[in-house]
Amino acid sequence: MLRNLFALLAGGIFGAGLLVSGMTDTTKVQGWLDVFGAWDPTLAFVLSGAIMPMAIAWRVAARRKTSLLGTAMPGKPDPRLGANLVTGSVLFGMGWGLAGLCPGPAMASLTFGGWGGALFLIAMAAGMLAAPPIRARITQFEAA
Amino acid sequence: MMEMDWIWGLIGGLMIGGAAALFLLVNGRIMGASGLLGGLVDGSGRETSAERIAFIAGLVAVPAVLALLMGDAQTNITTNPVVIIAAGLLVGIGTRLANGCTSGHGVCGISRLSLRGIVATVFYLLAGGLIMVTFRHVLRVI
Repeated sequence: MLRNLFALLAGGIFGAGLLVSGMTDTTKVQGWLDVFGAWDPTLAFVLSGAIMPMAIAWRVAARRKTSLLGTAMPGKPDPRLGANLVTGSVLFGMGWGLAGLCPGPAMASLTFGGWGGALFLIAMAAGMLAAPPIRARITQFEAA
Repeated sequence: MMEMDWIWGLIGGLMIGGAAALFLLVNGRIMGASGLLGGLVDGSGRETSAERIAFIAGLVAVPAVLALLMGDAQTNITTNPVVIIAAGLLVGIGTRLANGCTSGHGVCGISRLSLRGIVATVFYLLAGGLIMVTFRHVLRVI
C-alpha cells in the first residue's frame, strides 16, 4: 500500500514538474531540437535541474542495500550498448522530433492534449506492443 | 514571460529530479516513463502493475488539476494525424527497443553516469535534431 502511495506521489511530482518546466508544450521541445530555427534552450535547464537531485540520490542509494520501503535497489548499470539501444534511441528521437512529445509528457498532458494527444498515446502504446518481435530480430541479426 | 522560461525549466527540472530521487530511495525503482507504461502495455511488468498504475495516475491527475487552475495549458501538438501516428509509433517502438526514454536514460541514466544512458541520449538528441532540420527546414511539413 505504501509503495503505491509513494508511486502516486512520485508520479504527481513528476507530472507537475513536466508541466511547470514547459515540457508538455511541444513547441518548447521542438524549439530545443531545432538548432537552425528559433532555438529554445529551456530543455537544457530542465535536464540539468533534474539530473542534480538524482545524482545525489544515486550516491545515497549506493550506500543502501534496500529502499526505504525494504524493496531491492536497482542493480549496477548494464555496460553493454548494443544495436537495440542505438536503433531504439534513433527511432525514439525521430518520433520525439516529429511530434515534440516523449512518453512522460504524453501521459501528463492526457487531460488537456486534445484528440492529437490521445492519438499519440494510442499510437505509442501500439508501438510498444509491436516492439518485442522487432527487438528479437535485431538481437538475432546482431548475433549473426 | 518568455525570458522567465529558463527559470521555470530549472524549477520544473528540479521537481522531475526530486520525483525520480523519491521513487529510487523510497520505492527502489528507476523512474522511466516508457518502462513504467510499457510494462503495463505488454504485460511484462505484471508483478509491479499496482505501483505502475499508481505512478501513472499521479502523473496524469496532478497536471490535470494544475492545468485547470492555470487555465491555459496547451500541448500545441500538430494537427496532422499522419505525423502524430508516425511519431507515436516511433516513440513506442524506439523506447522499448532502447529500454528507456528521456526520463529513464536521460535523467536517471546520465545522473549515475551510465554509459547506456549517455549513448542513448546522444542518439535520440541527434535523431530529433536531424528530424527538425529535414522535416521543418527542408521538407517544411512540421
